[in-house]
Amino acid sequence: MTDRTVDIWGAGTPHAKGTVWPVRVDQHLDPGVTEEQVDRWVHSACLLCSNGCGCDIAVKDGRMVGVRGRASDEVNHGRLGPKGLYGSTVWSHAADRLTRPMIREGGALVECDWPAAMGRIVEVSQRLLREKGPLSHGFYTSGQLFLEEYYTLSVIGKAGLGTPHMDGNTRLCTATAAAALKESFGADGQPGCYADIEHCDTIFLYGHNLAETQTVLWSRVLDRTRGPHPPVLVCVDPRRTKVAEEAVRTGGVHLAPRVGTNLALMNGLTRELFEHGWVDDTWVAEHTLGVDELREVVGWYTPERVAEICGIDPAELRRAARIFGTGGAVLSTVLQGFYQSHQATAAAVAVNNLHLLRGMIGRPGAGILQMNGQPTAQNNRECGADGDLPGFRNWDDEQHVRQLAELWNVDPLKIPHWADPTHAMQIISYAEEGSIGFLWISATNPAVSMPESARIRRILAGEQCFVVVQDLFLTETARLADVVLPAAGWGEKTGTFTNADRTVHLSEKAVDPPGEARSDLDIFLAYADAMDFRDDDGAPLVKWRTPEEAFDAWRAASAGRPCDYSGLTYAKLRGPTGIRWPVTEAAPDGTERLYTDAVFPSATEYCETYGHDLLTGAAVTQQEHRALRPDGRAFLKGADYTPAHEPTSEEYPLLYTTGRTVHQFHTRTKTGRAEPLRRAAPDMWVELSPADAERLGIAEGDMVRVESPRGSIEAPARIGRVKEGAVFAPFHYGGEDRQANELTMTVWDPVSKQPCFKTAACRVSKVRAGGRR
Amino acid sequence: MNLVTYLRLARHAEQTFADSLRTVGRGHAKHPDVLFICQTLAKMSDKQARRLAPIVDRYGSSAASGDVEEPERLHAAGLAEVRTGPVGLLRDLQDLHVLGTLVQTTWTVVLQAARALRDDELIELCRHASGQNSRQLSWLNTRLKAAAPQSLIAA
Repeated sequence: MTDRTVDIWGAGTPHAKGTVWPVRVDQHLDPGVTEEQVDRWVHSACLLCSNGCGCDIAVKDGRMVGVRGRASDEVNHGRLGPKGLYGSTVWSHAADRLTRPMIREGGALVECDWPAAMGRIVEVSQRLLREKGPLSHGFYTSGQLFLEEYYTLSVIGKAGLGTPHMDGNTRLCTATAAAALKESFGADGQPGCYADIEHCDTIFLYGHNLAETQTVLWSRVLDRTRGPHPPVLVCVDPRRTKVAEEAVRTGGVHLAPRVGTNLALMNGLTRELFEHGWVDDTWVAEHTLGVDELREVVGWYTPERVAEICGIDPAELRRAARIFGTGGAVLSTVLQGFYQSHQATAAAVAVNNLHLLRGMIGRPGAGILQMNGQPTAQNNRECGADGDLPGFRNWDDEQHVRQLAELWNVDPLKIPHWADPTHAMQIISYAEEGSIGFLWISATNPAVSMPESARIRRILAGEQCFVVVQDLFLTETARLADVVLPAAGWGEKTGTFTNADRTVHLSEKAVDPPGEARSDLDIFLAYADAMDFRDDDGAPLVKWRTPEEAFDAWRAASAGRPCDYSGLTYAKLRGPTGIRWPVTEAAPDGTERLYTDAVFPSATEYCETYGHDLLTGAAVTQQEHRALRPDGRAFLKGADYTPAHEPTSEEYPLLYTTGRTVHQFHTRTKTGRAEPLRRAAPDMWVELSPADAERLGIAEGDMVRVESPRGSIEAPARIGRVKEGAVFAPFHYGGEDRQANELTMTVWDPVSKQPCFKTAACRVSKVRAGGRR
Repeated sequence: MNLVTYLRLARHAEQTFADSLRTVGRGHAKHPDVLFICQTLAKMSDKQARRLAPIVDRYGSSAASGDVEEPERLHAAGLAEVRTGPVGLLRDLQDLHVLGTLVQTTWTVVLQAARALRDDELIELCRHASGQNSRQLSWLNTRLKAAAPQSLIAA
């Protein structure tokens, strides 16, 4: 195999429309290890992007020594990306793994044993419960735990403590995907699946740099665009990415709207559909609500007006709309360029609207992929560790809450359900003011990943809130904690996880964790035991001990809901491929596509939410929802474009935007410890357009300072293909003067509550000439 | 005709509401959602007040007395300053809700008159303004509900 840090997508296997994506098995073993030396291969799936590729872990002498893509898996057909190949296992035997709990004594973290660490946690937890009640407790978790762990944490938080303050870092990456699906269809859940790539005629990628974020999925697209009868691509991105280049190559369009103007662009595309009669009126009348209101909202957005707002060519907008409006099967994918930007939910909902207007949903090739940024984000949403109620239940529906209360045998009033759950940024604000005095952070690194990071560090380090951190390494966040718990990672524990297209995989324990590290499930169970949480009959609240028992409890909790796992078992998941939910008696092998019958989960008694005003985030009431009589119809919802929160000024004339790079994942907790990946993308940089660079007298490699009203960073400049007026920085890197989030704003989308990482104003100046030319 | 009195009340109430929204937003700027949504809601009210101006003029110039002033006591006082702390935020949002409700009922009254006059332009304006007002009140209600438990129990 070639060096895949360079040959990122690997050898192509082009094929024709409608044919099965060919198999290509990728494998990587640690240097010096041969295939014959591998003791055994353990069933798993890759955790280093949101794609969730089926794979097997190579084990030799009790160590993980490599990975191999699983040929039979429907997600990847054997492939793995550079992160999965080089970054999956090396971190596991890094010398700096946490192997013992730590506790803060006299200002410093010192090692201790588990009873001492858990004793300190329980002492603070119980004192705060006595003094202030459950609202003093907050949990901030990950997009990388297993379903069993999220569900267990959810039960502890909602039925043990009774706090609404639970969220995941999925809020930073995936909250808008969930919100958009809920607002349009009534419940979360991806309508389409990855196999739609094989059947489509057109692919629209909205703010989705697929080539870098999900490399295996991009190779799947390339195998279509390089084969017979290729699809036409349309790319919406302020950078000239590989995706944008491929769009132009296939005869499609690259639209590069000004940062913060996505919704204006979407309103323009929508208006074109109406103007040219590219709307399936019969289908829309039968299966949707709100078409007249939507037509009225977008009426103002002529191509010329949109072009002026977005800084694009109106002819290009018209051409993109024509491709959407007149083509065969259209597949749309959406990611952070929309989710982390201004008016995120409204823009993502607009993508759903386009599909609904043409009836482009629920059949092969006509799909929507509201993508996830993290591998197990979907489980966080399903299980309720992000604050939602488990099983996509509606917090505002007393019947739904009663179902959970019966399942857990607790008083319905114990389960907090008085408003939308508390989102991550609000949890942090409560921790800042001290009304949350106990914050438990698992498997995530907010000191680097949250906006306005200087503020986050100050809050976590402060005395007003006791912080527990559970992770693999002493991350930037763990260093600020009061108690640090060593956790087992991927391959060191068993559990399931679900990717963006609803495919559930089982990841089995391959090796023991180092030292005294424990699985996240065991840690949560130990806390539940120590706190002695009980149900209404005095029995222990959490009635399971093993991952499989937790999974069975979840199957019962999900039964009858849109994400129904009731027909799925560990035994089934040990088969050749992952399986898409819902899996029920009626659909024992899973469900490829949702809404094939054009019936949506929008009925008042069944839906996950009654919806929100897309402009303000105001909640629609049950009474208002019932009056609309959705009865299985999808919602067409629009909103006016408004300018972003921090406009450019003389002082800060450029727009700052952040994103990923192909070789790193999140804050590099794992990928930063893999030598090939570290070498391929060792450090921070900032990217400027050639025009801005020239105006500022900056050359490739010069050290530059980027400043926003909140802070500054210094990094070498790359003269990239970012749109003029925009500055791009990757968000993976830690360290106070080179962290992308020193500059970003504390502000979020009104509906999804996802922070806006892509709309800060900034200025750039040269610090000194660089060595590279 | 007393309608012009109420048209001026509507315009004045929308403007007072808009100014108060901005005051509360600025005063609680450390809650970014309060700051930015209050600005958005204020712009909705600005727009209604602006759209009312020509209609006020139309009825004002045709009024029999030619010089109808709305009595001062019909006005509602806006929020000149904000309170502090979590409970202060709750009370400020409540005060905004009270002002918003005054706006709502004012539009109800004007709409009734507009119907009786068969004034299509004014009927349309009342309907639109009333819809925007509902969105403003819904947001205030949503934010109040979310903030209340923490503010009253844990803060």
